[in-house]
Amino acid sequence: MADSGVTDGPERKEDIQRVKNEGKELTKEEKQRLRKEKKQQKKNKEKKDDKASQESEKGKKPAVSTAAASQTPTQSTTPKAPSEVPAPAPVPVPAPEAPSPADKPAKSKGELKAERRARQEADRASKHGKKGDAAQQPVTIKSKTPPSDLQPVVKRLPEHIQVDNPDVLKKLAKKLERQQIPLRSDYGYKVSLFSHLHQYSRKAPLTQQVSIPSTVIHPAIVRLGLQYSQGIVAGSNARSVALLHAFKQVIRDYTTPPNEELSRDLVNKLKPYISFLNQCRPLSASMGNAIKYIKKEISNISSQCKEEEAKSKLQICIDCYINEKIILAAKAIAKSSIEKISDGDVILVYGCSSLVNHILCEAFEKSRKFRVIVVDSRPRLEGREALRRLVQKGISCTYVLISAVSYILPEVSKVFLGAHALLANGYVMSRVGTSQIALVAKAFNVPVLVCCETYKFCERVQTDSFVSNELDDPDDLIVTRKGKTQLEDWQQVPSLGLLNLVYDVTPPDFVDLVITDLGMIPCTSVPVVLRVKNVDQ
Amino acid sequence: MELQAVLMAAGGGSRMTDLTYNTPKPMLPVGNKPLMWYPLNLLERVGFEEVIVITTKEVQKMMTTDFKMKLDVKMKLDVVWIQEDGDMGTADALRHIQQKIKTDVLVVSCDLITDVALHEVVDLFRAHNATLAMLMSKAHEFTETVPGQKGKKKTAEQRDFVGVDQSGKRLLFMANEADLEDGLSVRKSIMRKHPRMHIKTGLVDAHLYCLKKAVVDFLTENKSISSIRGELVPYLVRKQFSKTTNSQKIKDDAEDQTQRKNDSSTNHELLISSPDEPLLQLAQERSCWNDHRGDMSEAYHGGKLRCYVHIMDQGLCCRVNTLAAYIEANRLAQKLFEEPAVHTSAVISERCQMGLDSIIGAHCQVADKTSIKRSTIGNSTTVKEKVKVTNSIIMHGVTIEEGCNIQGSVICSNAVIGRGADLKYCLVGNGQRIEPEAERTNEVIVGTDQLMEI
Repeated sequence: MADSGVTDGPERKEDIQRVKNEGKELTKEEKQRLRKEKKQQKKNKEKKDDKASQESEKGKKPAVSTAAASQTPTQSTTPKAPSEVPAPAPVPVPAPEAPSPADKPAKSKGELKAERRARQEADRASKHGKKGDAAQQPVTIKSKTPPSDLQPVVKRLPEHIQVDNPDVLKKLAKKLERQQIPLRSDYGYKVSLFSHLHQYSRKAPLTQQVSIPSTVIHPAIVRLGLQYSQGIVAGSNARSVALLHAFKQVIRDYTTPPNEELSRDLVNKLKPYISFLNQCRPLSASMGNAIKYIKKEISNISSQCKEEEAKSKLQICIDCYINEKIILAAKAIAKSSIEKISDGDVILVYGCSSLVNHILCEAFEKSRKFRVIVVDSRPRLEGREALRRLVQKGISCTYVLISAVSYILPEVSKVFLGAHALLANGYVMSRVGTSQIALVAKAFNVPVLVCCETYKFCERVQTDSFVSNELDDPDDLIVTRKGKTQLEDWQQVPSLGLLNLVYDVTPPDFVDLVITDLGMIPCTSVPVVLRVKNVDQ
Repeated sequence: MELQAVLMAAGGGSRMTDLTYNTPKPMLPVGNKPLMWYPLNLLERVGFEEVIVITTKEVQKMMTTDFKMKLDVKMKLDVVWIQEDGDMGTADALRHIQQKIKTDVLVVSCDLITDVALHEVVDLFRAHNATLAMLMSKAHEFTETVPGQKGKKKTAEQRDFVGVDQSGKRLLFMANEADLEDGLSVRKSIMRKHPRMHIKTGLVDAHLYCLKKAVVDFLTENKSISSIRGELVPYLVRKQFSKTTNSQKIKDDAEDQTQRKNDSSTNHELLISSPDEPLLQLAQERSCWNDHRGDMSEAYHGGKLRCYVHIMDQGLCCRVNTLAAYIEANRLAQKLFEEPAVHTSAVISERCQMGLDSIIGAHCQVADKTSIKRSTIGNSTTVKEKVKVTNSIIMHGVTIEEGCNIQGSVICSNAVIGRGADLKYCLVGNGQRIEPEAERTNEVIVGTDQLMEI
């Protein structure tokens, strides 16, 4: 447990204890003072030798055992708490170790960060004024074991799922103001379970607040944002390709200002564009990965490189990425999937997934005999587009709405589903309705195959569709039949909320196979792929 | 840079010669501001920083002396003057400044007064990668009596037939009544692609166009097109559905090749593709969006040339090219700016009755016992006692002597109305003198130099 627990110096503990005992909020000045003190302490400690640390270790062992009992991780905000070595809470130790000299040898950057975070935790705890029992305050301090074993515990929640927190909103507004991006305001009454998510109206595009010959934001990005928010570019692959295309134009029109380096300045230029696109429509996982890739490529450009060379290099990188991760991946997936499609199959697809359509068209060209059942759902009714593409090829199709899926399933031999993202715990995030299809298919013992390229694999973990989702325009749910629009004044009706979810997550128990460009893997192998990918990079 | 603004201010005002023979149309005062201030203000509000103004030398001179323009318009105005002979159409003017055009253009006419949210038009242009996006508005009937018009006869305006698709945004058909002598014929290809088309006739073209740069280049090659509204726009609308722009698999037939070459050479300019065309194609293929449904074709029917229109039904959109429109615009113009109706430097005596919807210009002098209702009084005008001004437009530098009664009239600059005159629905030209005790109704009083020589 805490054998290797070299914790922070007792000076820190003193500070924290003082704060807790005083039970008042730290003002800004106090915090600054604290920080300065700690910096000084660190400098002192770095001069001391290890012997002192050993002494303190021995001294702390008894403290550890007492502390462990009383520690309650009341403040862990993240669901995952990997092997975190609970450090001895300073408070239960009645007397902080006699000021053992700053026994810490030079700390690694990770540990310093962890210390800072732990300090912030403590500050937060004192602010919330937990019932004076300092024992409950978890000071999660990392031990001195090699940092690769440790994960930073305190992960901040992404702001886009904290919309009901006014502080987060204020921070977001400030950030956007700094970047000169307009803030898009939420629209309509939000169902209470989802009030932590943004909900925008399609009739109020962000371009209302952007000057018309947009100078702050590159016109290609404005066009892209508009196309996202109006749904003209929809679908994970299409959005990523369009994003990379816009970035290519941005890079083409970019000139390095004097006294700046391309590798740093270009990344800074891209940040407001990404915020703008995020405001128009929340970024998808595939877009996030593409952006990470581009940023990495840009930062890796050496300063010796001339501007033209660097720009053309980046253009080639982007082309390669698209070619490898999207086009060739689609070919590879099609090849593997065709083995799974036998003659006489009845394949069920849901919505319009570009990859699944591609697979089916390829299989048809390779003269497999099968027929397709397209399941569709309101309000997007994307299945119509899938239907059109398949019928155009000559595949015989049936079209049903999702309410009829249990009626039609006895006929089905396989289910092919597309994915928006594959999460690190094996869950499949896809268009809302997919999990229902998978559930019913499981009940009928029909194999469910999910097709997904590896660039959509995401390190997030989610077990339900509530925490992180996207709320589309609620007015899309309004239909006009026979000249009457029943929901026209839905905003006037009290306690009526329209909910238009976009995504849902399917648990891995319902998915039999995931077909990726790396091969056919079970759903639970996704973290392995992610780990391998990270090592590669 | 995304868009360049071009203001067409060289028009002669051929349909309101009584007003424009002394003052060029762009400088006609509407609500005491020169007419071209309104589109410039619109562009400035939206965020433009530079405008190319195409105008005549005379207007250019007047612009420099008019302090209103200098003070209020903060954008950089790049004034290009052209000959006044009136042979240059709007497309010719664009061709003239082709060197200055580096990106897509937004062409505005100087006589447009509107409060449209310009992003609606530009969003259509951006989102659908359109070649042309324009603004139209539902026409409103003019309710005011126009001076000089005998009776209620409506001038036979040539109607425009505008065909839009079901969403009301895509422009399918545009023709003027004059060109449709045999009747309205619609191509089969249009009907096959857009089986439901709404044809509207009561629309006013605001003469605000977003054009791709490729169109300007196309104009330089084709010198036969001289008017944007009259020739270029109908041409583009027709070209959306022409065979060569749509054929994706161009079969190389020998006999068609020469003809196709001629066509494709014209089309090539219009369809200049970006260097990343395959990426755009890929994104469009993978996207599960289609602008129509019910047939087997992909989004936009695979057509690369697209024309869009935004039809305003609420809000102000007025083109000041006739006398009636001019009077209407004066009524409505006050809504567009927040300046106080009465200029601060005007001297108005206390015993004057002024309606709330009147506008008084700078350095005016209004004496006692006057009544000014629903009127616009220009700068440096003197109104003496016991004058009743109702529903009229008085331009700059006019002197109205005592006891006059002016109703529903337009008095141009520097005119003098003698005392006790009674003018109803008249138009008094520039610098004219109305003798005292005159009684005129429904007349146009202009100088002899204005009358035509027979």
